[in-house]
Amino acid sequence: MSEKPEHFIVDGKRLDGRRVDELRQIKIELSPLGRADGSCYLEWGRNKIMAAVYGPRELHPRHRQNMTKAVVQYRYNMAAFSVDDRIRPGHSRRSIEISKVGRDAFEHVVFTKFFPKTAIDIFIEVLQADAGTRTAGINAASLALADAGIPMRGLVSACAVGKVDGEIVLDLMKDEDNFGEADVPIAMTAGGKITHLQMDGNLTRDEFYEALKLAKIGCDKVYKLQRQALIEKYNKEYAENGEDAIPRPEGDADE
Amino acid sequence: MVKTPYPGRKVMQMSDDVMAEIHRDYLYNLVLKGERDDGRAFDEFRDISIETNVAGMAEGSALVTLGDTQILVGVKIQPGEPFPDTPDVGVIITNTELIPMASPEYEAGPPREGAIEIARVVDRGIRESKAIDLEKLCMVKGEKVWIIFIDIHVLNNGGNIIDAASIGSIAALLSTTLPAERYGLGEDSPLPVRDIPVAVTAIEFGGELLLDPSLDEGKLAGTVYTVITNSDGSISGMQKSGIEPLTIDQAMRVVDMAGTAAAKIREKFLEV
Repeated sequence: MSEKPEHFIVDGKRLDGRRVDELRQIKIELSPLGRADGSCYLEWGRNKIMAAVYGPRELHPRHRQNMTKAVVQYRYNMAAFSVDDRIRPGHSRRSIEISKVGRDAFEHVVFTKFFPKTAIDIFIEVLQADAGTRTAGINAASLALADAGIPMRGLVSACAVGKVDGEIVLDLMKDEDNFGEADVPIAMTAGGKITHLQMDGNLTRDEFYEALKLAKIGCDKVYKLQRQALIEKYNKEYAENGEDAIPRPEGDADE
Repeated sequence: MVKTPYPGRKVMQMSDDVMAEIHRDYLYNLVLKGERDDGRAFDEFRDISIETNVAGMAEGSALVTLGDTQILVGVKIQPGEPFPDTPDVGVIITNTELIPMASPEYEAGPPREGAIEIARVVDRGIRESKAIDLEKLCMVKGEKVWIIFIDIHVLNNGGNIIDAASIGSIAALLSTTLPAERYGLGEDSPLPVRDIPVAVTAIEFGGELLLDPSLDEGKLAGTVYTVITNSDGSISGMQKSGIEPLTIDQAMRVVDMAGTAAAKIREKFLEV
């Protein structure tokens, strides 16, 4: 592990040159996988995440089926080589917890009642990790669900906020996560409803409120990128078929 | 708990899901009237009792009752190797056992996601509040540190296991002795505990926020939101679970309610 930096913020710039309210670079690729019903590859700074969705499909064993709705299953997994020291393959206690709250983050948006007795399987593979993999995974999963054509109330967008050098900052990078004072991963719907929230570290009440407001700004930015990626995917298909492109939504400004 | 018409005899355990369906409207309508099944206010905890040093072979222990919930927390401490990435601090390992004795829904076997989540949230509060001075638990850098095992043994699930486990864990730690003599490493001393993190869990039900959900309330909840606060009122951990979302306004209301409730619990039960 690297040493703790003396200062995280110098002249308003963070270790990687970002402002306090700036996200890392995000790159989205839809449908990279042929076999899955929907998939998304997402790069978020140095994080590299692959998400795939299968379903709705028959759920086995049958006693796990729900007669009134689809069962959402979420598996977050880190590749053994995704971090500095190799991690043992398979589920860890950390990945089991992340999988559980990741699943909870989507139950609200997926119209599970449309597909009783089925499973909707979401698989997240972290190929390269650099802080913020659970939120990056949620963003990728959200797009993979949309890519699979699963009916949803809307997309879920996620980002982390945290505290370094006593300041609330958006989207922690590795050193900020390791040595910072707090880490708050959050996911929201486009309407600002929180579907995922965890926190560790130390924050006062007012700092937490500030963190929530900053998270909303971050999630809004992510949402725009997600929507843009989906529109581009369909526009490409439409262009191939000689159809009109989807008009740009009103009020969309260039970032 | 369903009240039985036959005094002294429990109603046969029905499937919990069936019970929840029948009970749901009743509890929901109560909440709309501003009431709860057991007469509590929305921000009121059930009765708490704490008895420490109940497990003689453990270095520290606490038996906590929170309403019907009973949890025994035992702390064992052994010398061992530190983690390679943190060579100069002690180690905390927290585990939760939801043993089959505690509920008809629990089965024997390795911990599942529910138990793992409880353990990790309790662990988060103790670790992130820096309640235990882990630097003092290092004996030889990179070679020998004290390893603290916090084992949360749920005896009866009457709802809101997380808060009871959190209260039990810090109570057990406050009663813990470092067993240096046994290992020929000097004299026994109290475990250095310098903060008292307390988890407070709220559920959202019927548009209201209820603290310390009972078993039935917990089953009906769409959202379960735990906030862990320290002695100075700052927050050291949070966890939202459950399938329903939470608004920013609701999140802040729970933070405020949790801070007040935790301060009361701390003052009444945990401060010497």
